[in-house]
Amino acid sequence: MTRVALPVRLRLPALSARTRRRVTIPVAAAVVVWLLLYPWLYTSYLSNTLTQWLPDTSTAFVILAFTVMGLGLNFVVGYAGLLDLGYVAFFASGSYVAGWLASQQFAGVTISLGGTAAKGTPGIHITPWLVILAAALFSAVLGVLIGIPTLRLRGDYLAIVTLGFGEIIPQFVNNGDNIAGHNITNGSFGMTGIDGLGFGNRLHSVFSFLPANFLNEIDSRWYYWTALALVAITIATSILLRDSRLGRAWVAIREDEDAAGAMGIPLMRTKTMAYLIGAFFGGAAGALITLQASATSPDAFVLQISIFVLSMVILGGMGNVWGVLVGGLVLAYVNYKGLYAIGNTFNSTFGTNVQVPEYANLIYGAAIVLFMLVRPEGLIPSARRRSELHEEEEEEREAEAAAHGEIGGTPA
Amino acid sequence: MTDGDLLLETRALRKEFGGLVAVADVDFTVARGSISSLIGPNGAGKTTFFNMVTGAYQPSSGEIVFDGREIGGLPQHKVTALGVGRTFQNIRLFGTMTTLENVLVGMHCRLGSGVWRSLVRAPAQRREEAQARARARELIAYCGLPARAERQYARHLAYGDQRRLEVARALATTPKLLLLDEPTAGMNPQETIAFIDFVRKVRDELSLTVLLIEHDMKVVVEVSERVTVLDYGEKIAEGEPAAVTSDERVRTAYLGTKAAV
Repeated sequence: MTRVALPVRLRLPALSARTRRRVTIPVAAAVVVWLLLYPWLYTSYLSNTLTQWLPDTSTAFVILAFTVMGLGLNFVVGYAGLLDLGYVAFFASGSYVAGWLASQQFAGVTISLGGTAAKGTPGIHITPWLVILAAALFSAVLGVLIGIPTLRLRGDYLAIVTLGFGEIIPQFVNNGDNIAGHNITNGSFGMTGIDGLGFGNRLHSVFSFLPANFLNEIDSRWYYWTALALVAITIATSILLRDSRLGRAWVAIREDEDAAGAMGIPLMRTKTMAYLIGAFFGGAAGALITLQASATSPDAFVLQISIFVLSMVILGGMGNVWGVLVGGLVLAYVNYKGLYAIGNTFNSTFGTNVQVPEYANLIYGAAIVLFMLVRPEGLIPSARRRSELHEEEEEEREAEAAAHGEIGGTPA
Repeated sequence: MTDGDLLLETRALRKEFGGLVAVADVDFTVARGSISSLIGPNGAGKTTFFNMVTGAYQPSSGEIVFDGREIGGLPQHKVTALGVGRTFQNIRLFGTMTTLENVLVGMHCRLGSGVWRSLVRAPAQRREEAQARARARELIAYCGLPARAERQYARHLAYGDQRRLEVARALATTPKLLLLDEPTAGMNPQETIAFIDFVRKVRDELSLTVLLIEHDMKVVVEVSERVTVLDYGEKIAEGEPAAVTSDERVRTAYLGTKAAV
């Protein structure tokens, strides 16, 4: 791989494992507490100058939900090394499952299972917690269905086919208002009036400790905490699977598919599993976003979403769950709040009227190019990626270590 | 071990790539517990033959019987699970995985923990992982890799250690038949001698059967009990090393025909 050699290279200082632990644990604890209390901090304790830069709770929810997608895509791209340019397909499927199971889309039937809609509302209304799970499972199945024919392909070919699927799903949704006479997706209008999060009056009457239906007083804090919990679940899954037999098999496939096969790894099954798990979290995040937006439509599922989520993985640090977490939070923040805040500050300081968010694509493009030149391994890369992209430095380091007797020569 | 006890047998095994016949109807046997070699000039079809036996390539025609089972056309991972382990001519380790991880990947088909057990870190999964790690460390030591190599990335190992790790990883699949594709390539004479001893040791201690592709005639004569020669995909000679190396056709294949003087 040829790479432009630049005089500057952004490098974070190397810390010893002990120092790192001593720094990271308190910092991580503080971050977690801050995140948990954020909705209150934002409304009650933070000054105006600060809140101008910080997202309100609903925006913070969207940021977290998109971060879940970044973490989900990391299973596919970061761990298994399968370039997927159509991840938006799972956002779409999760979104539509939410529409099917919690709106008046199927007004011919009236089913309510702890749903948050008023009693007797036509359509299917399942409790939103199950809707999220159902959306995740449905997307996982879709992931397998897409994976079986496409995962035989490798590298660029796989990327092109996934790009195709990312386009096919919205097209299907767009034309799904008349499938053998049935209106499945409501076509280009999409679905509206999708129920929000809540525990439903029926659940409340059975389990009185649950809050009553709060559909009509949408409480963005609940969305925020749900998304935060989903981020936590995704991170835990990432770490537990990374350090397992399956995680090793993914990395082996990423490294050398043929050798992995010869070592007894079932290639199709292992790759499909990465797809399945990635799709699962994509679907869950899609459903959650839709429950909050209370509407969904085909034009929400554009290629830009796939690229956006992929950028989180690449800029954050492919294959490193913490890197992707930071990449996801930063990118989604910039997209949903940062650019507006920058624009407002810029305009009020210089008395101009520049619509900074309109230059979003220009700014992202420049940022990605800059990143690829200065720090191609991402913000917080996995040790593996760093070793791959900074071969010379690694070798220098090892040569130094060998000179000090830390690493010996070749034994006879 | 009797003569009739064959671990591997191919019957009229053939592989064509378009118009090119890479392996032409080769009948071939490997006795259980033996060390055999497959030799031949470059491009003779040796590696293609290996790739068919391991399931990397589908044979165009013919049969491969391994341990009493037809395995022609099975996917690689199933062949590996049945007991065929291999190394690669051009080292193909998982470069950004540590030595230990490389060996653990080799054990993949002998371990059973799936997604659920890994997610909840079930006791069975933790026990299995601990045992696998212990076994991997044994193998690393057994193959002569220094203990400190365990945590190094495979790509940073010295060349000789990479060769050793290739063998350790192949042994981790618990093979009955070990296929070594030019294992001594790039080794100096001392290392080569040590390697020959190692192959014998592996065969005896782990009761394996070994089939090598080898270019170094000294190694071939020294280590193998039986030699098969391929040339342009065809089997041109077979037998004891001494007899084969003095065979006229073999000499011609390697050195060319005698020019008229």
